[in-house]
Amino acid sequence: MLLKTVFVRLLTTVITLFGVAVVVFVLVRVAPGNPIAMMLPPGATEKDIAALNAVYGFDKSLAEQFIIWLGGVLHGDFGTSITLRQPVAELVLGRLPATLELSSVALLLALALGGCVAVIGARKRGTGTEVGLDLTSGAVLSVPDFLWGLIFVLVFGVLWPVLSISGRVDPRIDIDFTTNFYIFEGLLRGRLDVVGSTLSHMLMPAMSLALPLAAMIAQLLKQNLKEALTQDYTTLARVRGFSETAVILREALRNAALPTLALVGVQFTFLIGGTVIVERLFAFEGLGNMAIDAVINRDLPLIQGIVLLFAALFTVINLLVDLSYTFLNPRLRHG
Amino acid sequence: MADVSTNSPRLILTDTNFRLWLPLFWIGLIAAAALFAPLIAPQDPLAQDLMMERLPPFFMEGSAPGYWLGTDSLGRDVLSRIIYGARIALFVSLIAATTTGIFGSALGLIAGYYGGWADRVISRLVDIWMAFPPVLFAVLLVAVMGTGLGSVIAAIALIDWTRFARVIRAETMVQARMDYVDSARIGGARRAATLVSEILPNVMPSIIALLMLEMGIAVIVEAILSFVNLSISSDDPTWGSMIAEGRGAIHFAWWVLLFPLIALFMTVLSFSTLGEGLKQHFDPVLK
Repeated sequence: MLLKTVFVRLLTTVITLFGVAVVVFVLVRVAPGNPIAMMLPPGATEKDIAALNAVYGFDKSLAEQFIIWLGGVLHGDFGTSITLRQPVAELVLGRLPATLELSSVALLLALALGGCVAVIGARKRGTGTEVGLDLTSGAVLSVPDFLWGLIFVLVFGVLWPVLSISGRVDPRIDIDFTTNFYIFEGLLRGRLDVVGSTLSHMLMPAMSLALPLAAMIAQLLKQNLKEALTQDYTTLARVRGFSETAVILREALRNAALPTLALVGVQFTFLIGGTVIVERLFAFEGLGNMAIDAVINRDLPLIQGIVLLFAALFTVINLLVDLSYTFLNPRLRHG
Repeated sequence: MADVSTNSPRLILTDTNFRLWLPLFWIGLIAAAALFAPLIAPQDPLAQDLMMERLPPFFMEGSAPGYWLGTDSLGRDVLSRIIYGARIALFVSLIAATTTGIFGSALGLIAGYYGGWADRVISRLVDIWMAFPPVLFAVLLVAVMGTGLGSVIAAIALIDWTRFARVIRAETMVQARMDYVDSARIGGARRAATLVSEILPNVMPSIIALLMLEMGIAVIVEAILSFVNLSISSDDPTWGSMIAEGRGAIHFAWWVLLFPLIALFMTVLSFSTLGEGLKQHFDPVLK
């Protein structure tokens, strides 16, 4: 039963990824503006254009073109960026670490913040504090990451300029990175100045991404905690003399966490999607910022590569969330 | 979800009426500003005057009368641009949300009622669509279709139909199992007629609540596209393009960012509060 579930889920993932490839291919092919014309210097002859068309396979039928393109993608060949004149795979993988670091820090912030608010709300249930927290998280949830980012730019860029509002690391720091994981590499090489600078640059974009998710976690986890606190095992813990806070942290949290984690998994993809505009806002050198530049410069191979990478990332995360939920939830495991 | 909120105090603030009236008031205000923009706006929103550049708002020293919220780096009046910007924001949100709602709800109704192949194809399409980061998808679509309000509206509808399709599909599946549907069918109604005259009215409350949420999303998406300069021409006053300009001039003229941001913030918050409020208002379980 379990094997069948996993197999069906894997199969739908493959179908989804294939569909994604078709959509990206069609979109980029119907885009106005001939990509070949953009690659040639001015004054190129018809013959030059025809030759380059043949090199890239643009003279073949659309179906053939799709198969050639998909074959390349499957071998890690995403073409060459028109504006940057480098392989798309190289460019995209070079920027991916920045976006991954940003999303991971944002996820940790959301978990910490949302978790704390949920525990406090459950502890103070039935009081004005709970109502206040509910109203705040409701309002925080309705405001998207883009607006949070702008608010942070105003507050920390103008009112209280303690944090840098653009870039990924202080340009004065002298270090040659071998990877693009600045935090990770800084920690490994014992360069705490690098870690500190990277984190202080990341705090505002990460906070913008984290706040809506934190509010969502706060609401759902609190609801689940309150349900758990009406169960017999928490009553038993209270009878045994545990304080209310200890009951929440030691008994209720463990059982309330699973549905929240399932939500976090799904919402994490939305958080990653939000990096596109938040990176732009904070001039953070990640994939999203590169994507918008690519669109503005009509660099179609680069756009194609970035969209595919994001889509693959989303699909794989959703798959992992579903599978881990299947394995973690005893009811589904034996179902 | 089980209701365990019985021990929460019912404050006036959690009352549904309050949640509906306050956002309605703000949206009414913005709608009035949009409708009567030429009458209300103190200045011409497009008039540039380099002698008047970056004037601060009225409560600061160096402000000029008639320029209540200051001017931007081309000397254009911020307040007048916000008032005219409301026209574009509301126009896009109304048309885009309606288009998205009709398109997405129709697919949701079909998938939920007919099931089988229709459902499989539509659900798979939803899965594929959900794999794209929405902002990147919007930017890409506008790049493909060319800039302009039409493209912005089309992009929103092409991306966000899944939001309606998912919810309405699920609701339709619930409704389709109800007795009233069977009795309509026994009475001789054809399937399509049953779907339109029996099921649609019953999922309508959800569609309306989603429409409100979608209007808020549309306002944000238009602002984001203006921010990256992919909406309409950057001369036209949009809140997004004002914000983009304000972001660039943040160290010299913060008011160019602050005031359109407040307008955008309040509008988005109002639409989503209204959507959530309506959802709870219509839902007998949550009520």
